[in-house]
Amino acid sequence: MDDRVELKLEPRVPSLEDYRPIVGSSELRTLQTLAGSLAGRTVKMVNSTAVGGGVAEILNRVIPLLSELGVPTRWEVIKGGEEFFEVTKDFHNALHGQPLTVGPEEYDIYLTATEMNRRNLTFDEDFVVIHDPQPAGLVLTRAGRHNHWIWRCHIDLSNPHPEVWSFLHQFVCRYDVALFSSPSFTRRLEIPQYLFYPSIDPLSEKNRELDASVVRATLERYGIDPGRPVITQVSRFDRLKDPVGVIQAYRLVKAFHPDCQLVLAGGSASDDPEGEAVWREVQEAAGSDPDIHVLNLPPWSHLEINALQRGSTVIVQKSLREGFGLTVTEALWKKKPVVASAVGGIPLQIIHKLTGQLAHSVEGTAYQVRLLLSNPAMANRLGELGQEHVREHFLITSNLKRYLTLFLRMLRHS
Amino acid sequence: MSDAKQPFQFMSASTITRICGNQANTIHELLEEIRRASDASIFTHTFQTLEEHHFFTAGFSNDFAHWVLTACNEPRLAERLAALDIRQYKTIGGLRGDLITVLQDYVANNPQPADRVAFEPFYLCEAQTVAVPAGRVAHDLVSFAEALRELGLDSIHYHFVVARLRPPLGMNDFCNWISDSLDLPELARKIDAIDIYTNTLEGLRQRILEEISAWMTASS
Repeated sequence: MDDRVELKLEPRVPSLEDYRPIVGSSELRTLQTLAGSLAGRTVKMVNSTAVGGGVAEILNRVIPLLSELGVPTRWEVIKGGEEFFEVTKDFHNALHGQPLTVGPEEYDIYLTATEMNRRNLTFDEDFVVIHDPQPAGLVLTRAGRHNHWIWRCHIDLSNPHPEVWSFLHQFVCRYDVALFSSPSFTRRLEIPQYLFYPSIDPLSEKNRELDASVVRATLERYGIDPGRPVITQVSRFDRLKDPVGVIQAYRLVKAFHPDCQLVLAGGSASDDPEGEAVWREVQEAAGSDPDIHVLNLPPWSHLEINALQRGSTVIVQKSLREGFGLTVTEALWKKKPVVASAVGGIPLQIIHKLTGQLAHSVEGTAYQVRLLLSNPAMANRLGELGQEHVREHFLITSNLKRYLTLFLRMLRHS
Repeated sequence: MSDAKQPFQFMSASTITRICGNQANTIHELLEEIRRASDASIFTHTFQTLEEHHFFTAGFSNDFAHWVLTACNEPRLAERLAALDIRQYKTIGGLRGDLITVLQDYVANNPQPADRVAFEPFYLCEAQTVAVPAGRVAHDLVSFAEALRELGLDSIHYHFVVARLRPPLGMNDFCNWISDSLDLPELARKIDAIDIYTNTLEGLRQRILEEISAWMTASS
């Protein structure tokens, strides 16, 4: 039985034309010229989930745009059942360096699901792009084919569980190329590796322009005074995001700017037992300060997050460890001055003193926030350059251009 | 306005970055990496960075200088590295040689700071550019200016900055064509003198258009 899932895309996805006012006509022309040179080549993208998560969000936009550019692109999602996804979640955590005891049973579950998906999916397109470790084993299907196989790794592989990595490596080395979000997330591989930044969509609910009245109303709804300085961190309640450290930094700032307010906006994953504990720690650290607003928002609060970011005076991302840090990208896109830790993909986005301020401690974070609150002109300049940096490198259109360039490059060198 | 001897073919260019897998954690290690890096890698961290960060007019002359300043906190060395002007080089070998000279001098005179671990590593990368005909051809100065107005910034970088490493070495595509095909060496000289370090690529486009406009007004 053929039980392939043909995904239905969101009813109204933006067309290429919608991006013209944002990226300019010359950028669209470049995309069209590059796509025209691919002359009808086809692409397949495969990942493990159709909804939820950053990868599905990006694919939802990239796939229709590639097709609109004349590069027919299909999206398929692997199936696996509960057992498979539990194993791949464990693998995911282990690849991030967490300890894990893995037995042959787990590997068998992965291989069985891979085999089932290999039988159910076809791979006749010119370019097959496999996203992340869950479907990585599909590359076994390439034997005897002459198409191009690309592994897009969205996670940080710099410090993986050795055994799980060794298992995954047998698949990864069979691809033509691997794509990583940051040079610091890579490992030494036998195949070429390329830098592919993640991207945000400037037209999504989370990032689109908002009317000032919407921003104001949102702040007021959460009891935040729009007339006073607002320092905000948007992150789930996770110790690695150091929300308590943000409160400590805010208190140091408060001594110099007594009218400032702090917003910690985020949520906690339903399957994360630590989230509850962190939430309590944050509440305790906030105490009875009426100017600290700890907002536990549901995952669909894109518009609220957008308004909170736009209504902020300074955005903070004081993570102890970070992936690429797309909340930083979102803040930069909104021309907000950002103070962030130099971890994960953040230094790729925050070029110190040019697109934002980097900090390495509670004290440093507090100092940089004070600096920006006291120097609005400096804050504005960072915001302007921050937005240009995002426009150039981290928008969905840049992502498209990278894919088109990679495809052309692979064709020319095959 | 006279026709060109040869038409100018505009190209659409786009670049992806290959991660080499090598990294430097100290200034000393950076010196060793620069010695063995590919030409493409040296190119990426010097010529290509002007395209990557074209919207900055300060603080970004090359990646090596930027890293030495921000990750190693060595402003004097950063200034010396930043002072290497890519317009003066016709080969990557020449540029590499001067980078090595500056770093060698620093390492010899500052052995301890040279071995101090930086805030973050320097990752060596290689830019890989794909260029395809943009579908625009110029036959004279008017059609050249029209096409230039609509050209992508990657393509301006490709024709104006990267071209210096293609034959004829040291000459950008625009000025080469204006000088040879339009026989306007004085205009070419003025355009070539535009400072690519203190202009954004958009600013560069405007400056070229201004020079052309002024030339056409003076010649009419």
